[in-house]
Amino acid sequence: MFNNPDLLKFIFGRLTLDSLPLHEPIILGTFAVVAMGGVAVFGAITYFRLWSYLWREWFTTVDHKRIGIMYMILGIVMLLRGFADALMMRMQQAIAFNGSEGFLPAHHYDQVFTAHGVIMIFFVAMPLVTGLMNYVVPLQIGARDVSFPFLNNFSFWMTTAGAVLVMMSLFVGEFARTGWLAYPPLSNLGYSPDAGVDYYIWALQVAGVGTLLSGVNLICTIVKLRAPGMTMMRMPVFTWTALCTNVLIVASFPVLTAVLALLSLDRYVGTDFFTNDFGGNPMMYVNLIWIWGHPEVYILILPAFGIFSEVTSTFSGKRLFGYTSMVYATVVITILSYLVWLHHFFTMGSGASVNSFFGITTMIISIPTGAKMFNWLFTMYRGRIRFELPMMWTMAFMLTFVIGGMTGVLLAVPPADFVLHNSLFLVAHFHNVIIGGVVFGIFAGIAYWFPKAFGFRLDPFWGKLSFWFWVVGFYFAFMPLYVLGLMGVTRRLRVFDDPSLQIWFVIAAVGALMVFLGIVCFLVQIAVSVLRREQLRDVTGDPWNARTLEWATSSPPPDYNFAFTPVVHDSDAWWDMKHRGYSRPLTGFKPIHMPSNTGTGVILAGLSTAFAVGMIWYMWWLAGLSFIALIAVAIGHTFNYHRDFHIPADTVVREENARTRLLGAGAKP
Amino acid sequence: MSINVNPAQASTAQPIFYVLDEHDHAEGGSTMLGFWIYLMSDCLIFAILFATYGVLGSNYAAGPAPKDLFDLPLVAVNTSMLLLSSITYGFAMLSMERSRIAATQVWLAITGLFGLAFVGIELSEFRHMIHEGATPQRSAFLSSFFTLVGTHGLHVSFGLVWLTTLMVQVWRFGLIEANKRRLMCLSMFWHFLDVVWIGVFTFVYLLGMLR
Repeated sequence: MFNNPDLLKFIFGRLTLDSLPLHEPIILGTFAVVAMGGVAVFGAITYFRLWSYLWREWFTTVDHKRIGIMYMILGIVMLLRGFADALMMRMQQAIAFNGSEGFLPAHHYDQVFTAHGVIMIFFVAMPLVTGLMNYVVPLQIGARDVSFPFLNNFSFWMTTAGAVLVMMSLFVGEFARTGWLAYPPLSNLGYSPDAGVDYYIWALQVAGVGTLLSGVNLICTIVKLRAPGMTMMRMPVFTWTALCTNVLIVASFPVLTAVLALLSLDRYVGTDFFTNDFGGNPMMYVNLIWIWGHPEVYILILPAFGIFSEVTSTFSGKRLFGYTSMVYATVVITILSYLVWLHHFFTMGSGASVNSFFGITTMIISIPTGAKMFNWLFTMYRGRIRFELPMMWTMAFMLTFVIGGMTGVLLAVPPADFVLHNSLFLVAHFHNVIIGGVVFGIFAGIAYWFPKAFGFRLDPFWGKLSFWFWVVGFYFAFMPLYVLGLMGVTRRLRVFDDPSLQIWFVIAAVGALMVFLGIVCFLVQIAVSVLRREQLRDVTGDPWNARTLEWATSSPPPDYNFAFTPVVHDSDAWWDMKHRGYSRPLTGFKPIHMPSNTGTGVILAGLSTAFAVGMIWYMWWLAGLSFIALIAVAIGHTFNYHRDFHIPADTVVREENARTRLLGAGAKP
Repeated sequence: MSINVNPAQASTAQPIFYVLDEHDHAEGGSTMLGFWIYLMSDCLIFAILFATYGVLGSNYAAGPAPKDLFDLPLVAVNTSMLLLSSITYGFAMLSMERSRIAATQVWLAITGLFGLAFVGIELSEFRHMIHEGATPQRSAFLSSFFTLVGTHGLHVSFGLVWLTTLMVQVWRFGLIEANKRRLMCLSMFWHFLDVVWIGVFTFVYLLGMLR
C-alpha cells in the first residue's frame, strides 16, 4: 500500500520526506533544542497535572486580562525566535568577507531574513501591542470586559495559529525566500514553486482574521463600554491611541487579506493579477500591500505613544501637558498614515508630481509627531520626575525616536530616496523607529503595568541592566548600518567583496550581541521578580501613585475588574478620586453579570491551522474536511444561547473583604 | 452609559465616584455597531477588488472583451433577483417587528429562494463563459472579473447558509431577543451585498459594454 504513489500523493499532497530539512545541520540543531524544550514543558505540565487547570482557566478564558497576558507570552516567545534570526544574519554578514561564504547558504539566509521580518512584525510587535491594549483598555475605561469576550478568545487563538504555522515552516518544508512582503513576480509560482510562500500567505491570513476581529472588538469596547462620565475627551491617552490603532487595523487589514487572496489565486488557480504576461501588473501588488503596510507601522507606534504619555505624566507627577493637542495629533497621524504609502517605492517611476505629493505628506506627519514630543517634554518640565524603569525607557525613546524620525524625513525626499532606496540606511531607519519607538514602548508598558497584572513589581536591578544593554546595543547595532547605507551597501546581501566594510558589520554584530544580553536580562528579571515577589509585593493596587482608572482596583484585579462601576469626573479619573476624598465602598455588593468561558475559539483556530496545512501542502482532503468542520463548529456555537453567568454576591464580598484586609495590612508600617 | 451625572452634583463636596444601583447590561448592546464595523471592513475588500478591476479591467491580452461575453438581459434578470430578495427581506423584518413568526419564516424562505436563483444564474453565466474559453486564467481582465463577481457570489452563498441557520433557530427558539438581533445583522449583510451588486452591475457590466 505504501508503494502506491497516487495514494501517497493524495494523502500527503506535495509533502515528501525530502521536505524535511534533514540535510541542514543548523535547522536540525534548532529542532533538537526546540523539541527538547517542548518535551520539557509538556512533561512539566503533565507532571504537575496542570492541563485541566490551563484549559479551564486560561485556554478557554474570555477574561480580557488573561487573554492579554497570553498575547504577551506569545509575543515574548516569538521574540526569541525572531531575534535568533537577527543574530544569525548579523553573524553571517560579519564573517562573509575575503572569499568566505559565511555559515548560511543562500537558500537558508533568504528564509532567515524573510522570517525575521514577518515574525517581528506579525508575531512579536502585534501580539505585544494587542496584549497591552487588551489588558489595559477595559480597566482604563472602567469596564468589566470587552464588548465581545468570546471573539477576543478566538482572535488570540487565530494569532497563535499563525505563529504555529510560521514555526512549523522551520521544520517541515521551508519559509518564503522573498523578503517580508513577498513581492511578485518573485513570489509567483514560477519563481517560488515550493511551499515557502504558501506558509507565508496562510500564516498571515489566519492571524489576520484574529487581528481584524480584535480590532472590531476593541473599537466597540471603547465606544460603548466607557464608565459613566467618561466623555471622549476624558479618555486616558492610551485608550485614545488604542482607539485610533484599532480603527487603523479595521481600515487596513482587509487590504492585506484581499491582496494576499489575489496572490494565492495567482499561485493556486493560475490567474494573472501580478504576472508579467496576460495583462498582469506586479506593481499593483506593491501598491496594495503598502496601502496596508504603512498604516501597519502606525498601528504599532500609536499604542507606544499612548504608553509614553501615561508613563510621562505618572512619573512626572503632573497632568499630561496638552491633552487635547495629544488627542488631535493622534487622530491626524491616523488619517495621514493613509496618504503616504507610495514613499516605500518612489523608485517605481510614477513621476515627479506623484512622488512630490507623497514626499510632502510624509514630511507633514513629522508635525503631529513633533507636537507629541514637545508635549512629553513640557509634561516633564518642572515635574517631580522619578527615574523608575518605565520612565527610563521613555527617555531613551525620546532620544532614539527623534534620530529615527529625522532619518525618516530625509528618506521622504524623493531624490535622496533614489540614492538610499533599499540600502542599509533604510534598514537602520526603520529599526531605529521600531526598536526605539515600539519595542522601547512595549518594555515601558510591561514594566509599568506588570504590578497591576501580577500584584508585584518587576525587579529594578535586572530591569536596568536589560535597559542599558538594549539601548547601548541598539546604537552599536544600527549606527554602523547608517554609515554603510550612505556608502551604498544594499540590504539582504549575504557575502561582500570590499574588505573595508567589514569593521562596520563587526561593530553591528557586537551591538546585536549586547541586545541579546538585554533580552537575557529581561528574562532573568522576570524570573528574579517571581522569586522575590514577596519583597516586591504591591498591596495598594497603585504602586506608582498613578492617575488613571486601572489603578483604582486591586493588583491583580478581580475577574469582574470593579465591584462597582466607577463614575468619572476628570481625564485623570483616579487622581481626581484620590484627591477628592474617594472612599472605597465596603458594603452593598451585588451579583455581577459575566460571560462564560468556552473552548470554541481553540477548536476553530485548530481547525483553521489544519485547513492552512492542507492548503499549503496540497492535501485537498484535509483542507476540505477542516473547512467543513470549521463551518459546522461555528454554526454549532451559535446554537448555544447561554453564554453568561452571575458571580454571586458573596463571592464579590469575599474578594472585596480580602482586599480590605490587604489594604489595611499595607497601611501599617 | 445611561446614568446621567449631574454636573452640579459633581462639583459639590461629596462627588459620586461609583454606580451603586447597577443593572445588568443588556446583552448584545454592541452587536449592531460591531457588525457594522465588520461590514465596513468587508466593504474595503470589495473596494480593493473594484480597484483591481479598474486597473486590470481593460487588459484583455488579445482575449475576449466584455462585449464578447456579457449577456446584459440575463444580468438584468439576475440583478432583479437580488433586488427583489432585498425587498422580501425587508418584509421579513416588518413581520419580525410584529412578532409574527410564520410570516417572518415565509418571507425569509422567499428571500432565500431569490438568493438561490441569483447564485444559480451567476454560476450558469460563469460556466458559459468558461465553456467559451473565457477562463480566469485567460487574461488579467478575466482574472479580476471572476474574482470580483465571484467574491460577491461567495458572500451571497454564505448569506444563504446563514439564512438557513437562522430559520432553524427561529423555528426552534422563536423570535427571542438574540434571534431578532441576528436577523437584524443578516439584514444589514444582505442589503450591503445588494449595494455592492449595484456597483458591480454599473461598473463591470454596464460600463463594460460601453468600452
